[in-house]
Amino acid sequence: MAQQAQSTGAVGPTKAFSAGELGLVLTAIGMTFLSILIAAKTTSGPYAFHASLFALASVASVFAIFNRYLARPAEPAPQEINGKPNYNYGPIKFGTLISLFWGIAGFLVGCIIAFQLAFPALNFDLPWISFGRLRPLHTSAVIFAFGGNVLIASSFYVVQRTCRARLAGNLAPWFVVLGYNLFIVIAGTGYLLGVTQSKEYAEPEWYADLFLTFVWVTYLVVFLATIAKRKEPHIYVANWFYIAFIVTIAVLHVGNNATVPVSLYSPKSYIVWSGVQDAMMQWWYGHNAVGFFLTAGFLAIMYYFVPKRAERPVYSYRLSIIHFWALIFLYMWAGPHHLHYTALPDWAQTLGMAFSIVLWMPSWGGMINGLMTLSGAWDKLRTDPVLRMLVVSIAFYGMSTFEGPLMSIKVVNSLSHYTDWTVGHVHSGALGWVGYVSFGAIYCLVPWLWNKPQLYSLRLVNWHFWISTLGIVFYITSMWVAGILQGLMWRAYTSLGFLEYSFIETVETIHPFYIIRALGGVLFLIGALIMCWNIYRTIVEPAAKQERVPSGALATAH
Amino acid sequence: MSLWHKHQIFEKNSIFMLIGVLVVISIGGLVEVLPLFYLKSTIEKVEGMRPYTPLELAGRNIYVREGCYNCHSQMIRSLRDEVERYGHYSLAAESMYDKPFQWGSKRNGPDLARVGAKYSDEWHKQHLDNPRSMVPGSIMPANPWLGKTEVAVNEIQMDMKVLAFQGQPYSPQMIENAAKDMVTQATNDATDADGLAQRYPKAQSRKFSGLDGPVNEADALIAYLQMLGTLVDFKIYDGKANLR
Repeated sequence: MAQQAQSTGAVGPTKAFSAGELGLVLTAIGMTFLSILIAAKTTSGPYAFHASLFALASVASVFAIFNRYLARPAEPAPQEINGKPNYNYGPIKFGTLISLFWGIAGFLVGCIIAFQLAFPALNFDLPWISFGRLRPLHTSAVIFAFGGNVLIASSFYVVQRTCRARLAGNLAPWFVVLGYNLFIVIAGTGYLLGVTQSKEYAEPEWYADLFLTFVWVTYLVVFLATIAKRKEPHIYVANWFYIAFIVTIAVLHVGNNATVPVSLYSPKSYIVWSGVQDAMMQWWYGHNAVGFFLTAGFLAIMYYFVPKRAERPVYSYRLSIIHFWALIFLYMWAGPHHLHYTALPDWAQTLGMAFSIVLWMPSWGGMINGLMTLSGAWDKLRTDPVLRMLVVSIAFYGMSTFEGPLMSIKVVNSLSHYTDWTVGHVHSGALGWVGYVSFGAIYCLVPWLWNKPQLYSLRLVNWHFWISTLGIVFYITSMWVAGILQGLMWRAYTSLGFLEYSFIETVETIHPFYIIRALGGVLFLIGALIMCWNIYRTIVEPAAKQERVPSGALATAH
Repeated sequence: MSLWHKHQIFEKNSIFMLIGVLVVISIGGLVEVLPLFYLKSTIEKVEGMRPYTPLELAGRNIYVREGCYNCHSQMIRSLRDEVERYGHYSLAAESMYDKPFQWGSKRNGPDLARVGAKYSDEWHKQHLDNPRSMVPGSIMPANPWLGKTEVAVNEIQMDMKVLAFQGQPYSPQMIENAAKDMVTQATNDATDADGLAQRYPKAQSRKFSGLDGPVNEADALIAYLQMLGTLVDFKIYDGKANLR
């Protein structure tokens, strides 16, 4: 847990519960009783299971807080030790390691559902592992569990280092990381047991959403309070993106999950929006989950880790400013491009398309700012596979933010929508951009957090890079072909003016590409497993055994 | 002082930064979302739309629970090939009682917006139990548990109360008869079928799953599938009157 290095000495103040400790203990006790009440009164098995999980977690946190209280010195952890900030790395270490776990889980489920689409017998006629329940598990595991933990961990690291201040709060940062992961467990097990809103990327039911809201607001408060303690006059650009990410996700989450539960004892809720308005709210949320969770948050990672790893300043300060405000302004308009030619009014579709095309500009502004940061350090790409991973992630970002505006054009969308082209597009962003920038950040973070001179093996990073790159290429190309092929077959006419193919013929045609896609996913998973081994060895290897960095290319960043 | 210097206001004060972000992100959403609630043209005026019957609502909740939206859209786009393949393009009015909407974003299987009355109940039951027995080459998962799982008939009333609270036109009479109506709709030659059809026009009553015994999930899901897209009569629908 937190720093316990200080000995209090004989004349220290008497130890007492802090307001935060007391408040959290009382809240947890209250939650325990509420959860037990719900578990006893509900008729839904899955809900009773979740209430029991909540109760267990509440009891465990009471014990954890007491244990921590007994072990800690009377005074709160010092803000500085010998004039240097006393950084709080505990929650960051936890977030980093659990992101690896969720990453592997999410990639594995992705591979399973990819094979299910190629070979439906793999659904095994069981409700809990049928495609319809596993697919949300995959998307939530990779986006929110893997990506979310990377974002929380990296943001807690970056905000401390760039503000030269200790993370605000005593228990609050732990509440954020542990609470967030409890939410993940509730959400994920819920899908398998059939508890879902079936709103894409917002599947968790009302009680999980409500709990996440508390966690997320705490996250925002911890982040802002840390910034308020900063020793630097300016807030570093990465933190602008983190702030935009955290606050916008809060707004989107509340807006798209405005539900009325059937009762306190029912896991089911009904959203207050319906039909076409619900569709607009959903894609206002859905597109900006991409824009702020998967883009703004990870751009913050880019703005810290790329300059740090390349040992060069960010290319352009002015471009950062334009990039930031233009990106967050324009993203919010792009949602309707998910609803072209639907029952959404045309004016909204047209607005969505126009702004999606304009969005290409700030996206590439960000890409240029990231790539050009390498100016004068391009040679490092030959020697440092971690930097290579970060740079390739920016290249994938550029590629998918070009493809996105292209696909948002109505005529293109008439072909691409509902097909695997969309799936391919998402994965060039998800695997190439989000995946690689996360891997790069984790490869940087682990030696810094565990105080090791460098990673266990750069050769393994190289293997990870090339195997997963091959996997991404398999994935994207097979989905391009499958998507465009199926889209063309759906609209193909015979010379007599009849539709040429039945739906099932188009499904059978793309079968081989589904196999190629699944194999691409397996390669990506293998790459991630290599990373886990590398990270494990980095952490357990005694520092003395590790060889020093040759030629200074990988000098530790602090 | 150059304009770039003015940006320091945001860089040096996290609260200004926070407010700035909130203002900038609000504009797009407000412009695109708010008008949908007050522009009358957003939802066409049509005859025939009604809230779901208790059995259809239970069926829809099963559709939602199983994540059918992951592979099936319920939105026929206004494109020639889609209209010829699936039927009249979907109207906004047709999903006005859908909470949540289930338009979907991917077609691993065909669109279902107008699947109602296209296949027999037996076809659906067989297809849910074993999709490949009806459509060789299908990649749909089998759902054999649906016919074996009973529907909690008495619980649907609570759901309808919440929907009525949110403004759906469920009358007190409909809510009062919820459990009875559900059983009626899942019964062959039910005595109260007329009363049900009066409360819910076009509601069809029969044992949808063909299985004896209490109302099961296959009854509910098939009842829902069989009414999808059937409420609006497109022989009398005037599309020109609803140009948007």
